[in-house]
Amino acid sequence: MASDPKTEFKTQPESNQKIKKALKAAFPYTIPIFAGFWFLALTYGIYMHACGFSFWYPALMSLTIFAGSIEFVTVSMLMGPFDPLSAFLMTLMVNARHLFYGISMLDRYRTMGWKKLYLIFGMCDETFSINYTADIPEDVDRGWFMFFVTLLNHFYWFSGALVGGLFGSLIQFNTEGLEFVMVAMFVVIFMEQWLKEKQHISSLIGLALGAGCLAIFGASQFMIPAMVSILLVLTLLRKKITALECGPDLVINMDAADTDTEDDSALNAQRKADILQEEMP
Amino acid sequence: MTIFQQIITIAMVVLATMITRFLPFVVFGGNRPTPKYIQYLGYALPGAVFGLLVVYSLKDVSLLSGSHGLPELIAIAVVVGLHLWKRQMLLSIAGGTICYMLLVQLIF
Repeated sequence: MASDPKTEFKTQPESNQKIKKALKAAFPYTIPIFAGFWFLALTYGIYMHACGFSFWYPALMSLTIFAGSIEFVTVSMLMGPFDPLSAFLMTLMVNARHLFYGISMLDRYRTMGWKKLYLIFGMCDETFSINYTADIPEDVDRGWFMFFVTLLNHFYWFSGALVGGLFGSLIQFNTEGLEFVMVAMFVVIFMEQWLKEKQHISSLIGLALGAGCLAIFGASQFMIPAMVSILLVLTLLRKKITALECGPDLVINMDAADTDTEDDSALNAQRKADILQEEMP
Repeated sequence: MTIFQQIITIAMVVLATMITRFLPFVVFGGNRPTPKYIQYLGYALPGAVFGLLVVYSLKDVSLLSGSHGLPELIAIAVVVGLHLWKRQMLLSIAGGTICYMLLVQLIF
């Protein structure tokens, strides 16, 4: 589904042109991430520098961990007593949201061959959001597109942390408020999803339970309860959401699945139709 | 902490992060068909996840003190308005961010 049927017949190595085309298509999507990551990673590098760490720390940690918020937490772990178990458990909790991304990307990443390992390794919030929502043009290779989104974002984060660690204390520029670029990006991605989806129940559940749990549990504790309650409510509403997702469009989409156009949505619809049939015989 | 202990600590963080990213693919990967419930979550979750990420990105905004979340609210309105108008991702993000920077640097 994710691979272009036309290219599968090619026996020669993947042409440079195809790779360049994917890079060209992917780059514009990553520009806001460049702004946001550079700012955050620079801050992170400066922070580690100010805590007395050599630039090697932010550089290597941004390369290997590549998950923004936990990297800041790791700095305070490194300055505290040695406690690898709580470092491990803390990271599992902070990053548990990645499980949701993986479940959403199971099918899209399945056919990616060697790229799959790197795509999963580099699946931070922003990379997942872009790779899930981007309208990849028909003539652009999906695998290379998602690979470059991942690689560029990874590079922005790493280079920002490196420069912050090296020269951070020298940078003078009123960047107050620049961090809002991340909020703006998530709002836009939320809207893109909203404009594309057939039902808004899930989106509204995410906003409402997220906000509710934030109000109850506070900023540092709310993600796990929010995720658990989202899972619960989505599970309870399974029949309703499945029916709304593919009910009226079922026939049309099933037709589309018969044509040879390479199409995620047609396959998705067929998959949903299977689920629907199982649910409601 | 010794350098060795630091390396162990960072390795634990890397390991746990990789577990959260790879686990779904390890459990549901391969050639076995994905369970129907997980397939359902695969298309029902993203909407909720993006909603949750919006909340997550705003988690440190205080409604009760400071500027009461007003600059965030205005800038988000600008993002939404721009995006409904032109639907250009970069324009909406840049417009909203510049608006927010002007608000927090000059007004609030």
